[in-house]
Amino acid sequence: MNSTDRLFSALRQWAAPAASIAVMFLLWQAAVAGFHVRALILPEPTEIFGALLDQPGYFLREGFYTLQTTMIGFALAVAVGVLLAILIVEVRLLESTLYALIVALNSVPKVAIAPLFVIWLGTGTGPKIAIAFLIAFFPIVIDTVLGLKSVPKDMLDLAKSMQAARLDQFWRIRLPAALPSMFAGMKVGISLALVGTIVGEFVASDRGLGYVILTAQGTFDTAQIFAANIVLGAAGIVLFWIMSALERRLVPWHASQHREA
Amino acid sequence: MSAALAAAPRSPPLPAPPPSVHIEASGVCKRYGGASGLLALDNVSLSVRDGEFLSILGPSGCGKSTFLRCVAGLESPTGGSIRVHGEQVHRPPRNMGIVFQRDVLLDWRSILDNLFLQVDFRRESRKRYLQRAHELLALFGLQGFENAYPAQLSGGMRQRAAICRALLADPDLLLMDEPFGALDALTRDQMNLELQKSWAASSRQTILFVTHSIGEAVFLSDRIVVMSPRPGRIAMTLQIDLPRPRRMAVREMPEFAQYCAQIRELFGAMGLLKDE
Repeated sequence: MNSTDRLFSALRQWAAPAASIAVMFLLWQAAVAGFHVRALILPEPTEIFGALLDQPGYFLREGFYTLQTTMIGFALAVAVGVLLAILIVEVRLLESTLYALIVALNSVPKVAIAPLFVIWLGTGTGPKIAIAFLIAFFPIVIDTVLGLKSVPKDMLDLAKSMQAARLDQFWRIRLPAALPSMFAGMKVGISLALVGTIVGEFVASDRGLGYVILTAQGTFDTAQIFAANIVLGAAGIVLFWIMSALERRLVPWHASQHREA
Repeated sequence: MSAALAAAPRSPPLPAPPPSVHIEASGVCKRYGGASGLLALDNVSLSVRDGEFLSILGPSGCGKSTFLRCVAGLESPTGGSIRVHGEQVHRPPRNMGIVFQRDVLLDWRSILDNLFLQVDFRRESRKRYLQRAHELLALFGLQGFENAYPAQLSGGMRQRAAICRALLADPDLLLMDEPFGALDALTRDQMNLELQKSWAASSRQTILFVTHSIGEAVFLSDRIVVMSPRPGRIAMTLQIDLPRPRRMAVREMPEFAQYCAQIRELFGAMGLLKDE
């Protein structure tokens, strides 16, 4: 690939999505102005970006706080989720007990438990991390279990025929084979962790983008709410992008990573 | 020279040592799922000599793969016993290589790293096997693909790599479970030739080869054991006396056709081939 080719492919990769976002804002601007929509209902994008640029430090600070909480909750969810998934797959008894319980609990709307965490953990960062953790935890456990259980049987037969120790089989075969599935769970999980953090901030907080949105609602500052959501959207994209980059780095061999077959 | 010979004490010519038995299966039965379950293998007794190329031939579901898996120690028979070099098989014997129908290459390892899988499991030094790995890759036409990943290779090349992996530690026993079943006919012929070549180059390697292709079995084997459909029993044992090394042209020899006809006839008698 020469440099012009690379430039073109980078353009295709970035320019098209960027252009569609720009077109959306343009249509939005035109519609609001054309139909004389009240700013309280739907502000013009220029007004929203104005709100953003008015207090960039404020949004940056609160956004960073939310992002930090999300990452801690997500990291905990990965650590606990992967460990539990390994135990569930390795210990037969746990599959019919613990795993069944996890699957059952997954159907409870986690958002509805949020107020409980405030009672248990107070109004600091703790309950937000807990909710982010809880909501991100389920897809990670479920997909990791799926990945570990879908290792092809003949691959394990091969390892056995080579007299591989159980632990070696795990590190050299089961875990790498499960990685693509684990990443699928983590990519869902990281988006959900952000949702969990915002929910936590809605319930009780004096910091973070969730708090920004809630106070803006109190003063009917619609532009402020949209501005906070744009920052949230950007944060979500960055988090997802980090996960994708990590996936490309760790499972470059998987079919999902081959653009051209 | 002749003086030296004359000076040597005269001794009666030594008889050739009897070919020793590599695999001894006696009365092997395998029933799945309890006393009333499916009987896959029924009283299979068979011995394979050191250095013999023995094929087990039979229709799908005749238990031929089950038998191979029992020899490999991946399954245990529900009756009878299997000994490999005199030792009862309880777990996969050391010094054995195995090739499955699927190549089972690990997608996250390069071809060379795939060859080293067992070396890694045994925590041996890769260095010791590096030269052998390159020799094998060259023998199977894979030189230059050491650092390629399995996804970049064709089906035939992947299976070649799987064979190289099985051969890396120079096992004295090679188990092959329909290794070429998933390949196209032309690649399959090519692989038969390459396998024969590598077997000839090895020193008295025993090969147990499971297949459902009559031509393949006759082309490759010293001896063929034909199995009946479920429950798997030995229906016929056939010694193949064709000169080695065998070229593709062997297939046009009348003897070759006769062997094939003999097996086809048996398949016909078992109701597997209705030739009308």
